[in-house]
Amino acid sequence: MADLTTDFIGIKSPNPFWLASAPPTDKEYNVRRAFKAGWGGVVWKTLGSEGPPVVNVNGPRYGAIWGADRRLLGLNNIELITDRPLEVNLREIKAVKRDWKDRAMIISLMVPCDEASWKDILHRIEDTEADGVELNFGCPHGMAERGMGSAVGQVPEYIEMVTRWVKSHSRMPCIVKLTPNISDIRLPAEAARRGGADAVSLINTINSITSVNLDSFSPEPMIDGKGTHGGYCGPAVKPIALNMVAEIARGAATQGLPISGIGGVTTWRDAAEFMALGAGNVQVCTAVMTYGFKIVEEMISGLSQYLDEKGMQSTAELVGRAVPNVTDWQYLNLNYVTKARIDQDACIGCGRCYAACEDTSHQAISMSVDRVFEVMDDECVACNLCVNVCPVEDCITMEVLPQGAVDERTGKVVDGFANWTTHPNNPSVAAE
Amino acid sequence: MSNNPLTPGIAAQRLPAAAYAQNFGDLEPVLDRHEAHVAADRCYFCHDAPCITACPTSIDIPLFIRQIATGTPEAAARTIWDQNILGGMCARVCPTEQLCEEACVREAAEGKPVEIGRLQRFATDRVMDKGVHPYSRAPLSGKRVAVVGAGPAGLACAHRLAMHGHDVVVLDRAPKAGGLNEYGIATYKTPDNFAAREVAWLLQIGGIEVRCGVKLGRDVSLDALRADYDAVFLGIGLGGVNALRVAGEDLPGVRDAVEFIAELRQVADKAALPVGRDVVVIGGGMTAVDAAVQSRLLGAQNVTIVYRRGQDRMSASAHEQDHATQTGVRIICNAAPVAVLGTAAVEGVEFAYTHDGPDGLVMGERFVLKADQVFKAIGQALIAPEGLRGAKLDAAPMAGVWTGGDCAVGGADLTVTAVAEGRDAAEAIHAALGLK
Repeated sequence: MADLTTDFIGIKSPNPFWLASAPPTDKEYNVRRAFKAGWGGVVWKTLGSEGPPVVNVNGPRYGAIWGADRRLLGLNNIELITDRPLEVNLREIKAVKRDWKDRAMIISLMVPCDEASWKDILHRIEDTEADGVELNFGCPHGMAERGMGSAVGQVPEYIEMVTRWVKSHSRMPCIVKLTPNISDIRLPAEAARRGGADAVSLINTINSITSVNLDSFSPEPMIDGKGTHGGYCGPAVKPIALNMVAEIARGAATQGLPISGIGGVTTWRDAAEFMALGAGNVQVCTAVMTYGFKIVEEMISGLSQYLDEKGMQSTAELVGRAVPNVTDWQYLNLNYVTKARIDQDACIGCGRCYAACEDTSHQAISMSVDRVFEVMDDECVACNLCVNVCPVEDCITMEVLPQGAVDERTGKVVDGFANWTTHPNNPSVAAE
Repeated sequence: MSNNPLTPGIAAQRLPAAAYAQNFGDLEPVLDRHEAHVAADRCYFCHDAPCITACPTSIDIPLFIRQIATGTPEAAARTIWDQNILGGMCARVCPTEQLCEEACVREAAEGKPVEIGRLQRFATDRVMDKGVHPYSRAPLSGKRVAVVGAGPAGLACAHRLAMHGHDVVVLDRAPKAGGLNEYGIATYKTPDNFAAREVAWLLQIGGIEVRCGVKLGRDVSLDALRADYDAVFLGIGLGGVNALRVAGEDLPGVRDAVEFIAELRQVADKAALPVGRDVVVIGGGMTAVDAAVQSRLLGAQNVTIVYRRGQDRMSASAHEQDHATQTGVRIICNAAPVAVLGTAAVEGVEFAYTHDGPDGLVMGERFVLKADQVFKAIGQALIAPEGLRGAKLDAAPMAGVWTGGDCAVGGADLTVTAVAEGRDAAEAIHAALGLK
C-alpha cells in the first residue's frame, strides 16, 4: 500500500485530505467527528477579531445548482466567518488538537487590515498548539465590504503587506488563501510569496448568483425578496480551480511555492488531479456538506489504489507530475493530426455527433438513411466535439495519424513537430 | 363472501370486495414531477430521432421530453396533441415496447429505453387535470362533415376538422362515445373513467355534435349522409367477431372476448361480474390477453390462453404476454381448438397441437383443457356498409367518403394508428373541401 502520509510545509498529516475552512470545521463537535472519520487535517473555520461576533442572515445561506436527479453540482453561500465567540473557538481548537496530535490543525484568520489586529490575533492563537494559519483573503461576500476577505485578496500589495505582518509576528507556517475573483491568479500568489508565505491555498469561492426566481424575480438564495452574490463552489468550479493551480505551479515567479488545492474536490480522482497539477494536498468542503464526512474513506482507498497501480510509493511522487505538460497554446504541436473514429458496434445511433458536427462544426460526419454515422476524414478537423457529445463512452475516439500519413483534409503529410512559433502564418515569424 | 376461486361454474364475487378495487385500479400510476424529470433526463435528444419515426402519429418525442425536463409540461402536452389529440389514451394503451420505446437508442444501448409512454402521460394528465383544452377553431367554413364512429379514428378526425372550422356530426351505434377506448380496452389500463373524460375534454374545442345510438345501415344510410353532408368519414371499426367454426361453439359459457371486455368496462361493481373457475381464452392478440388477465383479476382459478401458432406470431406484445403470465395466466402456443366439449354447458375444449407444414398448419396430438368459460378472441371482421366491399375499406372508397382506423386498409388494431389515420383523413377532407 502506498503511503498517504503527507508533509505539507512541515505540517504532517496521515493523508492529504483536509477539510477546508467552512461550516464543517466551525466547531469541536464537527472536527472531532471529521478526524474520527479519517480526515487528515482541518482548516478551522475563519476566526475574526475579539469582540462581538459577526452575525449571519437568518434565512437561507446556500443556493444550489442541481442535475436532473437533484445531484448537487454547484453550491453558493453567503455565510460569513465564524459567528461564535473567539474564546470558545480557541478553547475548542486546543482541546481537539491535544487529542488528535497526528492530524493537521490549521486556523483560518480574517481580521481588519491593520498590523495591530493581526498581531493581536496571532498572539491569541499561539497556545492552541495549532500547526499553522491560513489567511482568508478570499471570501467574496459580507466581509469584503468591511475591507477584509477578497477586498484584501484582490490587491496584491495588501496581500504582501499582511503576509509580512503575519510572518513577523508568528513562527507558524502561513498559508495564504487566494480568491479567484481576479484577472490573473499569479499576481496575488507572487505577492504572497514576496510577503513570505509558506504556501498558497486556492481557490476560494467564486462570486455568483445561483439562479433567479422567475416568480418573485429575486436572486437565489433569497432573503426577504432580495439576494446577493455569494461564493460558488462544488464540482462545477473544479476546472477553474485546476487551471489556477496549474498557472501558479508553472508560473516563473510562483513555481515551487507549495499549493493546497481547493475547488470542487469530490472524489479521490479529483484530488489526484489537483496533486498532479502541483497541489501538495487538497481541501474539501462541498463534498462533505453534500455527503457527510464518510466520503474520506473512498478518497483514501481510491488514492492508495491509484498510487499502487502507478507504482508510486507516496503522494510526493504524484505532486506536480502533470505540471511540465501544461503549456501555452503557441507551443502545441500543430503537426499532431487526429481524426474521429466511430466504433460502429458501440454506436447506438442517437445522431448527436451528427447534429453537433453538422449544425455547429465542420460537417464532417455523414448520416445514412439507416442511421449509420461515419466520419469524413477530408472534413474532420479533429475538434473532439463529437467525442464530447456522444453518450457512449469510447464509442468515438481520436485516432492519431502516424508520421508519413496524409491528412485528407489538408493534403499534407504528417511530419515532425511544428508549433505556432515557427508557423509561416505567424507575423512574428514572417518578420524575421 | 359466498364464492371463492374454487367455486365451480361461472360465478360472481369470487374475491373479497377490496381485491376488486386493487385489481382494477391504475396498473401503472402517473409519474410525479421529480420522477418525470429524472426519466426525462435520460432522453438523449437524438437527431432525427428514431422514436419519432416509430410513432404512427409522429409525435416529436425528444421535444416534448425536453419540454418536460425544463419544467413546461403544458408545452409538452401541446407538442403531443399537435400530432395525436388522443395522446392521453395512447400514453396508457400504446404498446410502446413495440413502437417508440423499441426504437429508443437507450433500448439499444442498455435494454432500458426512456419511459416515453409514462412521460407522455405525465404531460397530458397535468393539462387535462386542469381542464385546459389548448385548441380553438379556425373561422367557420360553413362546411359540414359526418363522422361515423366515435372511436379513436373518428374522434381524431372530428377534432381536426373542427379545428379547421368545419362543423362535425359524429354518429355512433353505442350508447357512449369512445369506441374501443370506451369498450375495448382493459379496465386497469384506463381507470377513473378516463376514456369518457378524454372525449369530453376533446369536445371542448366546440363544433362537434355527438349522436349516440345511431347505427349506419339501420338508422341512417351512407347515401343519405353523402347527400346531407359535404364529406363523410367512416371510422366504423370491425363490427363482426370471427367464429371458431368448431362443434360446441354455441354451448352456454362460450363468449366473445370483446363483449366480455366491454361489459367489464361498463359494469360499476366488478364483483358482480361472474367469471368461470377454469377459463380458456382462444386467440393470440391483445384482446385475448385483456380477457385472460381480467378473468384472473375477477378471481378465476385457472386461466389459459391458447394460440394456434408459435409465440413469435402472437400479436400481443412481449410486454403484454409477460403481464399475463405474471398475473397467473398460462399461455399455450401451437395448439388449435378442435371442439368445445359439454352437454348443457361448456365443460372443456379439445385442442390439437399444431406445427407449420407446407400447406399451412398441421394438426397433431390432441388434448383437452377443462373449462367452464371460453372466450373467443380470434379476431374481428369488417361489416362493410352498403355499397362498399372488401375485408378492409380503401382510404377514399368513393367520392366524398374517407375512411380510417381498424376498418380501413392500413388499420393496425392500434389506437395510435387509428388516430393518425383519422387525423390524416381530416386533412384530406379539409383539402378536398377546397379550403387549404
